[in-house]
Amino acid sequence: MKNRKTIILSNQEISPGYYRMQILAPEYNRLAKPGQFVMFRVQRSLPPLLRRPFGIFRTGYVEPDCDGMPAKEFIEIIYKVVGTGTGIMQELHQGDRIELLGPLGRGFDLGDPDEEKILVGGGIGLVPLYMLAEKMVVNSNVRLLMGGRTRDDIITVTEFERLGVGTYVSTEDGSLGEEGLVTQVLERKLDKYPKASVYACGPMPMIDAVQQICSQRGTPLQVSLEALMACGVGACLGCVVKGAGHSADHPHYLCTCKQGPVFHAGELDWSRLATPDAECGGDQ
Amino acid sequence: MAAQKTKTGTPVRPNMAVEIAGLKLKNPVMPASGTFGYGEEYAPYLDLNRLGAIITKGLSLQPKAGNETPRICETVSGMLNAIGLQNVGIEAFIEDKMPFLAQYDAPVIVNFFGNTRDEYAELAARLDELPGVAALEMNISCPNVKQGGIVFGTEAGAAHEVVALVRKKTRKPLIVKLTPNVTDIQVTARAVEDAGADAISLINTLTGMAVDVKTRKPRIANTIGGLSGPAIRPIAVRMVHQVVQAVKVPVIGIGGISRAMDALEFLIVGARAVQVGTANFVDPHAMATIIDGLEEFCQNEGITDINELIGTLEV
Repeated sequence: MKNRKTIILSNQEISPGYYRMQILAPEYNRLAKPGQFVMFRVQRSLPPLLRRPFGIFRTGYVEPDCDGMPAKEFIEIIYKVVGTGTGIMQELHQGDRIELLGPLGRGFDLGDPDEEKILVGGGIGLVPLYMLAEKMVVNSNVRLLMGGRTRDDIITVTEFERLGVGTYVSTEDGSLGEEGLVTQVLERKLDKYPKASVYACGPMPMIDAVQQICSQRGTPLQVSLEALMACGVGACLGCVVKGAGHSADHPHYLCTCKQGPVFHAGELDWSRLATPDAECGGDQ
Repeated sequence: MAAQKTKTGTPVRPNMAVEIAGLKLKNPVMPASGTFGYGEEYAPYLDLNRLGAIITKGLSLQPKAGNETPRICETVSGMLNAIGLQNVGIEAFIEDKMPFLAQYDAPVIVNFFGNTRDEYAELAARLDELPGVAALEMNISCPNVKQGGIVFGTEAGAAHEVVALVRKKTRKPLIVKLTPNVTDIQVTARAVEDAGADAISLINTLTGMAVDVKTRKPRIANTIGGLSGPAIRPIAVRMVHQVVQAVKVPVIGIGGISRAMDALEFLIVGARAVQVGTANFVDPHAMATIIDGLEEFCQNEGITDINELIGTLEV
């Protein structure tokens, strides 16, 4: 966990409205765990005032310019342009200076080796699943169910496939893969692999539906949540979600930034899970 | 003015220490309550010993749940929050939070609040017994809790009454933190000084509201929240200036400070120290950068003691 002033190595649009940014990030290959995130400071001037949280897509090494030079470490984030902060981010270029705080939060539990793993990613929710899949394919069968509104929301399919992950695409408008919701595909897969564990990240209605399916079947589920955050380190208490057993008399809040962003489904109070639209980053 | 130098040419390090109500601070910079957790959240990023003092998150007798979510949203150069004073309560504070804070030599100032006068008094008495607590900061100004501090802080008579009651319960330095959501800040400031406050800190957040135009809902669940960040700084400077004119006790300036230059404004209008709030969220290292910046400013301006700068506004 460090705050670093660093530079952007590349920033490219990979699908309409979706950008992939590679950032110089020492130590992240060792430190970053699947499901963790960074707080990204767009620029030192205003706006935006607050940092923005982004899941880490992957870590890696840049080929050195010359033999014998140490390889530089990077992380990649993928973001969708939705508000002021991401609007400014899409204009950034190679060499631009930014600040990165991280890696932050609690990532995924990798689960038992050899068991079937089903990952469910909706749109930008695919991002934290890549490092998870990378770790899991070593000793498990991993299937990834990717959902989106249109084909534009289905990103990085080939990269998951290269890992050896079986991918299943569904779009609401049928422009790519099966027409319909990703949760339909999930039900089918769970019929076929009833002992599988599920790992999900995506919009709140999708997460909610996945939780209902898994809870009916007694399927173990971990979810990665998105939330509006000011600090990312557990100080502001702005990003809390209600934990299991929460009541007015016995309040039980969990910080998405610190106790999450990944939770076991059983840790959360699903009846009253707030559904803030975190995508706008809060500003208009 | 040229920077003063020693014979070897290195600049003289200015005195940065200030004193507030008998409390010696190695520099005038401390976090604003509620933006720094209980210190431990920021310890990985910042040497807490560098701080003039550590101010902990607003504390109540019982643990407090806080508000529904969403609790925060960003606005132009600021943020709205309605956290609802979520905190662990005094027992857990003593048990879990105090031992961590005891490792540091920076004085610990505990911010506290109550829903009734008796709660304020009881909590002040408990805090008075704790050797690890250097001073108390009394929140009579949080705008978030419906039955909470708002009543005390916005009405001079009620403010006087509750501060006088707390004053009887503690011999530790008592700082009273004021809400800016009043007609005349000088009236409240005089009331709490008269009731026995050793120092006054201001401003707490300004009440504000933001609307999501697509859903037509308020952007935070509590509808109304507290506005903080650079957007409120000119209002805060004005109010600190007015309070400094109205009272004799030391004043601590708060409101939108994110750089040394911002802190200097408050010192020049007469604040003896400053608190940094929202800037901690933006940059966990912000306070250290501000402390370095203040020292550098003094060196560049040939100021050997930061106290020489306090209250030097030219009008």
